[in-house]
Amino acid sequence: MWVDTVVQGVLLGGLYALFATGLSLIFGVMRLVNLAHGDFSILAAFIAVVVVQTLELNPLMTLVLVVPIMAAIGYGLQRLALNRLLGRGILPAVLVTFGLSIVIQNGLLETFSADSRRLNAGGIETASVALGGGLAVGAFPLLTFAVAVLLLVGLQLLIGRSAIGRAFRAASDDGVTARLMGVDPDRLYGLAMALSLAIVAVAGIFLGIRTTFTFSSGPDRLLFAFEAVIIGGLGSLWGTLAGGVILGVAQTAGARLSPGWGVLTGHLVFLAVLLLRPSGLFAKSRRVD
Amino acid sequence: MRAGATVRVARTTAASRAGAGGAALVVAGLSALPLTGDAGLMRAIVEFITLLVLAQMWNLLAGYAGLVSIGQQAYIGLGGYALIVLADDCGVNPFLAVPLAGVVAAGFALPTAALVFRFRDAYFAVGTWAVAEVYRLLVANTDALGRGTGRTLKAVFPLARETRELVTYAIAVAVGVAAVVAVYLYLRSRLGLGLMAVRDSEPASASLGVDVFRTKLAVYVVAAFGTGTTGALLYLNLLRISPDAAFSINWTAYTIFIVVIGGLGTLEGPIVGALVFFLLRRLLADYGAWYMILLGTLAVLVMMRYPQGLWGLVAERWDLHFFPVQRRVQR
Amino acid sequence: MTLLSVRDLSAFYGDFQALFGVSLDVSEGQTVAVIGANGAGKTTFLRALAGALPVPHGAVEFAGRPVGGRPAHVLVELGIVLVPEGRKIFPSLSVRENLQMGAYRRRAGPWTLDRVYRLFPILGERRDQPGTNLSGGEQQMLAIGRGLMANPRLLLVDEISLGLAPVVVKHLYEVLGTVSTEGMTLLVVEQDVSQVLAVAQRVYCFRKGMVALEGVPARLTRGQISAAYFGA
Repeated sequence: MWVDTVVQGVLLGGLYALFATGLSLIFGVMRLVNLAHGDFSILAAFIAVVVVQTLELNPLMTLVLVVPIMAAIGYGLQRLALNRLLGRGILPAVLVTFGLSIVIQNGLLETFSADSRRLNAGGIETASVALGGGLAVGAFPLLTFAVAVLLLVGLQLLIGRSAIGRAFRAASDDGVTARLMGVDPDRLYGLAMALSLAIVAVAGIFLGIRTTFTFSSGPDRLLFAFEAVIIGGLGSLWGTLAGGVILGVAQTAGARLSPGWGVLTGHLVFLAVLLLRPSGLFAKSRRVD
Repeated sequence: MRAGATVRVARTTAASRAGAGGAALVVAGLSALPLTGDAGLMRAIVEFITLLVLAQMWNLLAGYAGLVSIGQQAYIGLGGYALIVLADDCGVNPFLAVPLAGVVAAGFALPTAALVFRFRDAYFAVGTWAVAEVYRLLVANTDALGRGTGRTLKAVFPLARETRELVTYAIAVAVGVAAVVAVYLYLRSRLGLGLMAVRDSEPASASLGVDVFRTKLAVYVVAAFGTGTTGALLYLNLLRISPDAAFSINWTAYTIFIVVIGGLGTLEGPIVGALVFFLLRRLLADYGAWYMILLGTLAVLVMMRYPQGLWGLVAERWDLHFFPVQRRVQR
Repeated sequence: MTLLSVRDLSAFYGDFQALFGVSLDVSEGQTVAVIGANGAGKTTFLRALAGALPVPHGAVEFAGRPVGGRPAHVLVELGIVLVPEGRKIFPSLSVRENLQMGAYRRRAGPWTLDRVYRLFPILGERRDQPGTNLSGGEQQMLAIGRGLMANPRLLLVDEISLGLAPVVVKHLYEVLGTVSTEGMTLLVVEQDVSQVLAVAQRVYCFRKGMVALEGVPARLTRGQISAAYFGA
């Protein structure tokens, strides 16, 4: 029975890793923490709701539309607004993205009311897959985990092998010298944010299929993403996956012990890691920025 | 400057003397208000003072100490629940329990700081929020505190309504005045100078002998005391507390908007911001979420174009400082 | 043909003025040296040329067009490339990737990875190692190689001798000499006067943010240079 709980936690961790990856990408490249990160994923889920209603598509199909839309929003937001805040210390960025978070939440409230929603994927949410040895897992959580790993592999390839990926890493090391190489920082940061929101859009839609969500579901996602990044450590994509998995297992194990203790256990594990190993469990560098 | 010309270092200006006079008038007016018997106005002022003190505390943290916390709602909740536990369970006079609840909140600030001070900047911000969530969930899982449904303050039931409202009002005015005066005096003192030095440059101030960690810790704990006292005052007024309401991040949203729009890092800013916030809320009461959308957009725009806030713009334009914290050289 | 023309350039860090009306010319294919003591404004000058500091639009002309005030990435596109002081190798990138970053804007030209490896064989040997694993001299080679990968029309070189042994510096200047012979235009800032004068056709000596002396190295005496360098 405990094996079952752990496996569920691991698969949940895949979803958390998706949330966390976008956050750590933009922090690595431009030292920006986007406090509206979770709200963007919920925005994506609501856009999917609209697309499903108007085009009668399966929610998973809506990814084709929603991901580019969110990427465009990310690019525009960064170039029009957030780029001006970089280099002014952290306060403006924190406050502006916080304000953005409130605006998005209340905008969603006005547009969609406070009703909780769920994206109906036509049965896959309840299907289960037998893994052998008497162990069965949900098909959808398994799919989510697979998609998360696939995206991480893709991102790893992009960052490791492409010119843009090199530019991300160079800008993360030394933004000033990156400019001397001919990197246009406005464009690069715009692309990073576009990528971040594209990934978080996937996370938002998978979340929306898995569970119900409302206009106010965003902040919790941000918190879990943040915790996954911190537990795993900065600078490593696979560390972020590990962090997500640890958080997922902590939450499912805690919920097993007592229903109200799921999320709380996750927080406590996060605080414990913070206390004992502030740079994270798998960090590439020992910085805690 | 001619050689031999004398120079004076002064603190007060004509504006600040006018400001002090004006403040005295306001306090006198507030003290006399109960004579009119306008309970609605008194309640509104209690609400306003709540927002004002929260804003002053957040401004002290972020604008002067450089500590951007989005978890101050932890202390509102802790102060509110401490009030109820002290008054209902421990038999303490509910009015006395208000500042005591602030002390309890400050007590929780110490272990919290031990944890979150390991972070810097944006990670500090999210860390404070995570801790606030932990407090919320712990309270929501505790039977004695009423779990998710919360509790009601029963200790004031024997009192007549007018009496309770009057004493609550008096406490609110006292807390409001004390908070503003205390922050003002602190910032004008040697300690305040050290604090602002830390905000401007930690290494430089450390090299001059300022104990950076102690300074920030002291400010964090004092802000927790102020916030906790305000939380207690809030629930003395509302009587009913629940974890989701008391530990809600909306408190931080309101506070941030007030301080940003009014002007971060000045004493007058939070006052101006609280007035704007309060009036907007009254005007837009029927429009639900649009109120928050407007406020949020306003805060974002102000932060991007006019980071000094409304008061900052005025102060720069007309060199007006009602509560001057700096010294000036005059010839 | 005059490739770079600087007229009356002043530069500020906030309220602090670092350059006072500097004028300077570089002809295509030439190697020009800028010497001077610490704090004379040499690095500030290069940084201003590379787009890292605010500069009035007309103060700098490149190939006949005013380029003052353009951001760094636009200048690289035009062919003005800086090998920065302190090497500034990217720690997260390998030797090869550092070189590839140099070619980010993909300007056309003769410089490729292979050609850089031929110029600096050690870089070829260490191509997959993290850039900062190299010794000081090797990192300087990497920085120069990275600059060449951008196929510049004008290569700005900032203080390559800092922290390096004389024999290493000598080798680096031999390489610069080779590059120059192949037609590259160089503007070299240097504290080590003797090394740089051996490769330069023209020298400017800065002192306190101003040009104190300019001329052809062969026709200037030690005394003149010393006086300009330190102030008589």
